Amino acid sequence: MSWTLVFVLAGTAYFFKVLGLVVVGDRTLPPMLARCLALIPAALLAAIVVKDTFSDGRALVLDARAAGVAAAAIAAWRKVPLIGVIVIGAAVTAAVRAVA
Amino acid sequence: MLRDPRMRQVISACVTLGFAVGVFAISFGVSAVSAGASVAQACAMSLLVFTGASQFSAVSVLGSGGTAASAFGGAAVLAARNGVYGLAMAPHLEGSLGKRLLAAQLTIDESTAMAVAQDDPAHRRAAFWVTGGSVYLFWNVGTLIGAQLGTAIDPLTYGLDAAFPAAFVAILFPVLKDRVSLRAAITGAVVCLALIPFVPVGVPILCATVGVLFGIPEPSAAEAVT
Repeated sequence: MSWTLVFVLAGTAYFFKVLGLVVVGDRTLPPMLARCLALIPAALLAAIVVKDTFSDGRALVLDARAAGVAAAAIAAWRKVPLIGVIVIGAAVTAAVRAVA
Repeated sequence: MLRDPRMRQVISACVTLGFAVGVFAISFGVSAVSAGASVAQACAMSLLVFTGASQFSAVSVLGSGGTAASAFGGAAVLAARNGVYGLAMAPHLEGSLGKRLLAAQLTIDESTAMAVAQDDPAHRRAAFWVTGGSVYLFWNVGTLIGAQLGTAIDPLTYGLDAAFPAAFVAILFPVLKDRVSLRAAITGAVVCLALIPFVPVGVPILCATVGVLFGIPEPSAAEAVT
């Protein structure tokens, strides 16, 4: 890996963060836009969950992670604290992978 | 402010999340070193880039033999979503320019999700800063530990690759407060899954933001967005 990649990526990542929060964020948003922005975490988090559970690069896969994340979802629904949800997700994935 | 029991709850949830992300950072450190980064480069990425999905995407592209340009492209697309988080957080994070420039570095999935899940401005601000600060701390400590471990452990053996989606499931539940957010989430998930085989890595996540269009209609009183 090159240091150039590290620094260019760092600059780009910070650029986006500042662009949203400091440059554009100063203005008052129309209510419709504000309602849409409020939905971003729901849409993105759901997408990240399915991507990290069911994909490997550009392939859709069904493997041990699906069992682990399903167990984590049940734990989250039963209001298990976050660290417990993560441990359950990882442990179930590791267990299914070990026996599969 | 710590006399407020709700505030104590919020702060402890945020610190726990930071700790959990730290466990996940160990697997980033391991992956980065396995993909050919030095320990210093892995740590510099976590300190400076500080957005997990981009960092993972960059090292996974390099690890599978991709060029620096393609590693950068996917990571940059993923980093763009922090700009959208910044837009969502801006109304809640007023203050001096210096304070907002610092807040910008901490504007990531976890801090935004924890903040928007709160019901009032004081808890929102606290959730943002405590989550951002603790994730920053634990993410960097975890990266260092993982990079030092290097190839001595295989993250897959411990199911660490599922730690991230498991954490996000836990963060997602409180965000699904009403029917509109549920629709946005389902749409985001379906769009993302449908696109994965057909477009470059990182793009499906960005396209999933189409789910926010459910925010366009005026909410009825029974179905308010926030």
